Amino acid sequence: MRTMRRALLLPVCVSLAACTTAPTSVGDRPKVSPGDLEQITALLKRDFRPRGQATMDRIELDEVQRLCNLHADNPPADLARPLEEAQLKAIPFPSGNLIGDWKNGEKIAQSGRGAMWSDKPGVQDGGSCYNCHQISPKVAAFGTIGPSLAGYGKTRGNRPEIQRYVYGKIYNSKAYNACSPMPRLGHSKTLNEQQIKDLVGLLLDPASPVNQ
Amino acid sequence: MAGPMKMRATLAGGYTDVRVLMTHPMATEQQTKGQPHFIQNLTVKVNGKTVVEGQISQAISRNPVFSFRLSGGAKGDKIEVSWLDNKGDTNKTETAVA
Amino acid sequence: MRAIMGSAALALAIFPAWAQQSPYADYQRMTAESAPIELFELGGEELWKRKQGPKSVSLEQCDLGQGPGELKGAYAGLPRYFKDADRVMDLETRLLHCMMTLQGRSREDATKRVFGNADSPSEMELLSMYVAGKSHGMPMRPGTSHPKEKATYQLGQKLYFHRAGPWDFSCASCHGEEGKRIRMSELPVLFKPQYARPLMATWPAYRVSTSSVVTLQWRMNDCYRQMRMPEPQFGSDTTVALITFMTVNAEGVPYRGPAIKR
Repeated sequence: MRTMRRALLLPVCVSLAACTTAPTSVGDRPKVSPGDLEQITALLKRDFRPRGQATMDRIELDEVQRLCNLHADNPPADLARPLEEAQLKAIPFPSGNLIGDWKNGEKIAQSGRGAMWSDKPGVQDGGSCYNCHQISPKVAAFGTIGPSLAGYGKTRGNRPEIQRYVYGKIYNSKAYNACSPMPRLGHSKTLNEQQIKDLVGLLLDPASPVNQ
Repeated sequence: MAGPMKMRATLAGGYTDVRVLMTHPMATEQQTKGQPHFIQNLTVKVNGKTVVEGQISQAISRNPVFSFRLSGGAKGDKIEVSWLDNKGDTNKTETAVA
Repeated sequence: MRAIMGSAALALAIFPAWAQQSPYADYQRMTAESAPIELFELGGEELWKRKQGPKSVSLEQCDLGQGPGELKGAYAGLPRYFKDADRVMDLETRLLHCMMTLQGRSREDATKRVFGNADSPSEMELLSMYVAGKSHGMPMRPGTSHPKEKATYQLGQKLYFHRAGPWDFSCASCHGEEGKRIRMSELPVLFKPQYARPLMATWPAYRVSTSSVVTLQWRMNDCYRQMRMPEPQFGSDTTVALITFMTVNAEGVPYRGPAIKR
């Protein structure tokens, strides 16, 4: 599909005169300074207003966001590493078995609700997981922004270390990759402990459709 | 007050192509919890003579498009399309065949 | 005329070649034939000519960049810098300006209901469809020479990549990589002209799934909502900067709208 679409863009450019005179690239990410971050944050504070559960504190950058914005999501290792370690230390890993109910996990993964100003807080929030990932091989509507998770538990098993890794990654992806595109579902209080355990179950439980 | 309605009638090889765009919520009983609001009757007149009397139901969705062909027709023929809904509201539009 | 043209011609007029190969091509062709775009343009025309506000004046003398009341090509020339407001404005921001200055309406009154719904499109939505329709077929040439236009573009570029909020999202989180999709939606990489062009040429639009009109100010609002951020104000510098960034990236593309979207 992707190659087909690219091949078709060329004939469009040949027929539209505009394509031959317009710039070929506007450059990707601009360089951003700490002053820029201050300017943007001040602008957002002025231009936005709180609504529902989306309060203005959401505009303040935390140290992860500062680092990633300043370094175009590619910070030097000596800055990224300590941040990852600090994020990892802050994850409240539950004790014991981390594999919850995969059936509930599938519902959470499918749900795109949660944390928006249009959402009632307290009503079952989801992780929007299918927005970016393929998860159960039976589900055709999945995104491709993140890697496919089909067969995840089948190839990795479900011993405690893997359970801990999956739990941690869902709770706070930045603990493993400082500028990961993935939201920090636990850290942002979008999902609670049981919901994350249910997602761990979705990925690791041998009975889960993910591992069939 | 009914929303805008627009019609085009074009002559093409022995017949006239007519397309009417209508504004109407066409809300079903289920959607409105018992207060449906939809067009029930459509009437097409050519030069004052009725040629189509249609009865439509809430199965038709919002902002209906009625597209049909009249055999024959000549430039300047006056076509009028009107509708009546279940609340007694009406609207109509008129155009000359181009 | 658009609703009457043959389905093939209509599809080519509205959709770029690549869209014909996508799974939605047939669907788009079929819905294009019966799209109520003209009805919304008519609604917008009525509002443009209606006397409103304390001054009881219509919008007919509103200057959208081509001179007072001049609509042909106005949308294709936006966003641009306006001396009387000393800022860069997109279509909706400029319409708001005219509502306030020509008609004497307060900001609060004029923005009470900027985004409508299927039962009742908002004034801004209807006016946007009407004005945009007057630029159909013309190359999009937003303002790029004035220093404030350049600064607005650069601000938009920085905002596009700015990660914030509880989910650490920026525009680029979803609109950042070619060939990727979110669920089943292929989202364009809007800082690349080849993707910005087909998309910016199709706003404002009639959205089939909600039977409603959608505009760029609405899109900015709804994106920030889905980014888990608070709500940007209508016509704010933030929204205008982003719209400017994307429109300039699409510069030169013939405007194909108002269009339909699923």
